[in-house]
Amino acid sequence: MSRLEAEQLGPEAPGPLQKIATLNWGLIAIVVLIAAIGCATLYSAGQGSWDPWAMQQALRFTVGLVLAIGIALIDIRFLLNSAYPVYAFTLLLVVAVEFVGEIGKGAQRWIDLGVVQLQPSELMKVVMVMVLARHFHGMTRERIGRVVPLLLPLALVLVPVILIFRQPDFGTAALILCGAGTMFFLAGVRLWKFLLVFVVMVGSVPLVWLTLEDYQRERIETFLDPGRDPLGAGYHITQSKIALGSGGLFGKGFLQGSQSRLNFLPEKQTDFAFTLYAEEFGLMGALFLLVLFSLVVAFACIIGMRAGSQFARLLALGAGVTVFLYVFVNVAMVTGLVPVVGAPLPLVSYGGTAMITFMIAIGFMVSAHVHRDVPIGRQTGEGF
Amino acid sequence: MRNADDQEARRTLTRRALVLGAIQFVLTGALVVRLHHLQVTESDNYQGLSEDNQFDIVVVPVSRGVVRDRQGRGLAVNRDLFRISIIAERAENLQSTLQQLRELIVHREFDAEPVLRSVAERNNRFQPIVVVDGLSRRDVARIAVRAPYMPGIRIEVGRSRHYPYGESAVHVTGYVAPVSATELSDDPALGLPGARIGKSGIEHFFEAALRGISGRRQVEVNAAGQWIRELPVEDGASGANLTLTLDAELQQQVSLWLERGPARVVPRDSWSARRALDGQRSPELGLAAGQGLVNLDAGGSLAPPESGAAIVMDIHRGEVLALASTPGFDPNAFNKGLTPRDWNRLLSNRRSPMINKAIAGWYPPGSIFKPMVCLAALQNRVVSVDEKVDCRGFMELGDSRFHCWHAAGHGPVNMEEALEQSCDVYFYELARRLGIRPIADMARRFGFGDTLGIELPGERSGLVPGEEWKRAKYGEPWQEGETLISGIGQGFLLATPLQMVTMMARLANGARAVVPRLVLDEQARSVSFGRLGIPKDHLAVVMRGLWRAVNGYRATAASIRDRQLGFEIAGKTGSVQVRRITEEERRTGKLRNEDLPRDQRDHALFVGVAPADRPAYATCVLIEHGGSGGAVAAPIAAEILARTIRNTVATGSPRVVPLPQLAPHRDDAT
Repeated sequence: MSRLEAEQLGPEAPGPLQKIATLNWGLIAIVVLIAAIGCATLYSAGQGSWDPWAMQQALRFTVGLVLAIGIALIDIRFLLNSAYPVYAFTLLLVVAVEFVGEIGKGAQRWIDLGVVQLQPSELMKVVMVMVLARHFHGMTRERIGRVVPLLLPLALVLVPVILIFRQPDFGTAALILCGAGTMFFLAGVRLWKFLLVFVVMVGSVPLVWLTLEDYQRERIETFLDPGRDPLGAGYHITQSKIALGSGGLFGKGFLQGSQSRLNFLPEKQTDFAFTLYAEEFGLMGALFLLVLFSLVVAFACIIGMRAGSQFARLLALGAGVTVFLYVFVNVAMVTGLVPVVGAPLPLVSYGGTAMITFMIAIGFMVSAHVHRDVPIGRQTGEGF
Repeated sequence: MRNADDQEARRTLTRRALVLGAIQFVLTGALVVRLHHLQVTESDNYQGLSEDNQFDIVVVPVSRGVVRDRQGRGLAVNRDLFRISIIAERAENLQSTLQQLRELIVHREFDAEPVLRSVAERNNRFQPIVVVDGLSRRDVARIAVRAPYMPGIRIEVGRSRHYPYGESAVHVTGYVAPVSATELSDDPALGLPGARIGKSGIEHFFEAALRGISGRRQVEVNAAGQWIRELPVEDGASGANLTLTLDAELQQQVSLWLERGPARVVPRDSWSARRALDGQRSPELGLAAGQGLVNLDAGGSLAPPESGAAIVMDIHRGEVLALASTPGFDPNAFNKGLTPRDWNRLLSNRRSPMINKAIAGWYPPGSIFKPMVCLAALQNRVVSVDEKVDCRGFMELGDSRFHCWHAAGHGPVNMEEALEQSCDVYFYELARRLGIRPIADMARRFGFGDTLGIELPGERSGLVPGEEWKRAKYGEPWQEGETLISGIGQGFLLATPLQMVTMMARLANGARAVVPRLVLDEQARSVSFGRLGIPKDHLAVVMRGLWRAVNGYRATAASIRDRQLGFEIAGKTGSVQVRRITEEERRTGKLRNEDLPRDQRDHALFVGVAPADRPAYATCVLIEHGGSGGAVAAPIAAEILARTIRNTVATGSPRVVPLPQLAPHRDDAT
């Protein structure tokens, strides 16, 4: 880095205290509001009690918020530099858990961190955004336009996706694939290449099918056709629809959701927390929550388009896409639009991993906002 | 160049971000449309569905296995129990519904307050709350007629556990009680309201088998919370029934005798009983004899139930006919729910009613251990059967004196005479010649020092000490004096009454490794136990000694010698010292147990078999701090054995094996 550039960077790389002033407080306020709704929902799910879920969730959110602000305050160039190591580490965790999981007959897919149990495959959602943002940041448009240079980022995506697919956790694998595809799209990859990849993937389905174990096939079949297990997924969806529908326009009122409370609704504190919320607060409440989440995504778009470096732009937009996918898949699932995939609604569903992943995504957005005027060279640590 | 490139990338990204935003907008729109469809367009429909019948998956508990005694009498059975619960949300007026219920239920009082509080506190409007439990069929019939006018109430039929023999068999049956948080497992039946789990005894040991496998049903429930229809999904399987080797009548009698101990039983309205009751501060004490009788001790005061243990065992098959530990407690009270006051009283009772002393009480075996020393001595050829040891009332070892219980001394005694009179000096001498290791080895062969594996939780292993044990435990070398007192069953030795009766059984059945068992199993009945490798003539000498200890001229159990039982008993008394007697006390004169505070008196012990000529049953009786084994424990044992043999005559005689014939002692015998 030349002296001239160092002087140029001076005023644009403010200290931590100055950074706090530039945090995107609007975004943070929305996130806190969503978390408050989540805690209230879990309070209701616990039959009007902080135990066993609401208090724990509030605690985790506090941890998550500190984490998000922490990520936002560290120099964005540090995020850029640590992208590959973090990716490598997360991939290692996925492999390790896969290995341990094999010993524990598939029961172990978690890593215990005390406050939260982390599912590395879930964490991979945001780490994928980070590593792809890093990678495309370093590529010229001319290289992005060619085929061969794209093979490396493609490998970055496919290795964890295949590992997670074989766990088997199809929902998470599909969502990571979706999020990564969006990153390729935003980076400027030609549209015909998407078509090509799509065709190749469809073509390879029979091949993949052959390599699967029987129990893995069984799970895929149940995933695609919940009717195979009428007391499982099908029953969940029916109950969820009744609960949502009987909530009506304005809902039954806080703590009055009879469907959920009478235990007709299973998993009311995790995957179906949105149903419980929408039963008690009706369509109006549901729309309010959707608007809040949409605002988060909108913030991500605005921040992304405003940011001064390709890394920050891709980081913010990718984080926004992650948030969108979480919310869309969960709400579509509980309303019966897509099959039951076991996808939580961040901040509302009880669970640590989705919370942490979501808050890291928020951290990325705020970081891109705080460091919007920090230009970064194509190769970090070196000159332009 | 880079800047231009970056600007180009930025333009592309902005363009594509807008496309992406649009796609997200459309997808979110789809969610909104879907939610609108469900919550507005179809809302009435779903509203109806939610008020209509609902399908719910419920866990259906299966009935718990019944425990019976060997004659088929119920020891732990199930009773129908009716329960009324209410779902507050569905009651039109909670207060008035509860008032109506109160008027309908005449046989049981109930309080509306806790129900209202429970609704208010936990915001529990949708969960059924139990209003009143344990209703009679008549009450329920009356309520069922009125049920349509009381929306929200549910009549539930449950089953409650009942123990017909109550307190007397509680240490075998154990008891069930509500499930605690730590006991919750994968079994959903444990999470049901009113679920019970075995906490002790057979109920705990065979918990999984007795509980069975709960079923699942799909239940159609209407808006008022009433079940319309059930569709079985998984049937589950009822708990397994168990038949025990126990004889419930004998068990009850044994328990009663044990509680009474040496006390006199008088009618409650007799003069002496009334005088004792007047002088008693807490009138409940000593009323345990039941049926209008009270127990009086030697001084004429009310006698509280003795704390002790007794076991009756078939010496060939190991079947336990009675296993009592007193005082007991009422297992039915636990099922109904114990008040904290009663619970504290049970825990603070110094005679520990909660502990099964027969399998978990540790006592020095005292004189009943002496046959082990005899067998070890014969096996190691340190003594011959006829060799006499001169007892002068004590034995000296270094600076210490080891006293015989008979201060004047027994004079020269051989093995049989030593057993008859329980001469301590004779056994000090044998122990001194043997050392601790052969004694410990023999004790282990007869079942001491380890659990015997009876089908009850909490059996303890007792303790057979040795040189290595002492070094590991105390870091000190073994002392010869400790070998001597081990020779009379004192010192570090500890044994459970179950081990003592097993020793007696193994001595009497020709030294076969019989183990006690509680579950009657036709297949196991024909199993013959392995031999312990004790020569028959050694056994015969010891059994002759034990016969003389009851029937001899100088027998320690002379108190039962002249009873006309129709058979003879062979056995051994024990008066187990629980404190060290000082030289001072020896000088000042005889120490009488009656003069000491209760917790310093000897434990009274007796082990015996009957009939002596063709042994069939062994018993062990222990009265904590009861004093003399011969005077206190032996008479109870005699009554127990008499009752056992009378029962056997009535219900068919057991397999009998003749006592090994006396054979000349041969040193080369193995």
